[in-house]
Amino acid sequence: MSARAAWRLESLGFGQVYDYAAGKSDWMAAGLPTEGTAVGRSTAATVARREVPTCHLEESLRDVRERVRAAGWDACVVVNEKRIVMGLLRADQLVREGDVTAGSAMRPGPSTFRPHVAIEELAKVMATRDLPNVPVTTSAGELIGLLVREDVEKAVHARQGGPS
Amino acid sequence: MPTEIGREVAQQLVAAGAQLVEVLPEEEFDEQHLPGAIHIPLRKIDPSVRASLAPERPVVVYCWDSA
Repeated sequence: MSARAAWRLESLGFGQVYDYAAGKSDWMAAGLPTEGTAVGRSTAATVARREVPTCHLEESLRDVRERVRAAGWDACVVVNEKRIVMGLLRADQLVREGDVTAGSAMRPGPSTFRPHVAIEELAKVMATRDLPNVPVTTSAGELIGLLVREDVEKAVHARQGGPS
Repeated sequence: MPTEIGREVAQQLVAAGAQLVEVLPEEEFDEQHLPGAIHIPLRKIDPSVRASLAPERPVVVYCWDSA
């Protein structure tokens, strides 16, 4: 949408038009301040865990499993060298036996959320589809963090004023 | 031809006086927008936009993302 706006402005005689294509999602994902009625609202960007285990396609699943478990996780995001999400290793994939790579064991093309999605929507989708965790990415697919369903449900509960 | 920029350049341009414009619908702007942004939805960008924006100054436009 911003690209069309930029072209339209140029057609109207504006000579120095710049398109911040990554836009509000990118801004919020970076944790920069915003203004408006929803400031302070919890979103995928604010609830996602940033220090999430990652691995590459060609890594040994056995090595990845040991590293992930040692870090206290039961999931690992498979990324490329640009930190673009390639797949996801949830608990079911991490326990796979044999001499296999992360790339062959992962769930390819997992569902992802954008950073601006409100926690109520996250909770609804994760419950409906029984998703224990979901990566949060930029529009370009770069990993921002991993949403853990328990965290999302706690955040919704806290927003509704329930005891923590 | 409009120039696609990233976050850091956008920040630099705005700090140097560029006009920052969100082109999303009103509700989305009201809920959350970048500091100092003005709201001109895509459908309202017509010749009358000169009343809100100075053509001789740089303009940075944005929406949610490029997807």
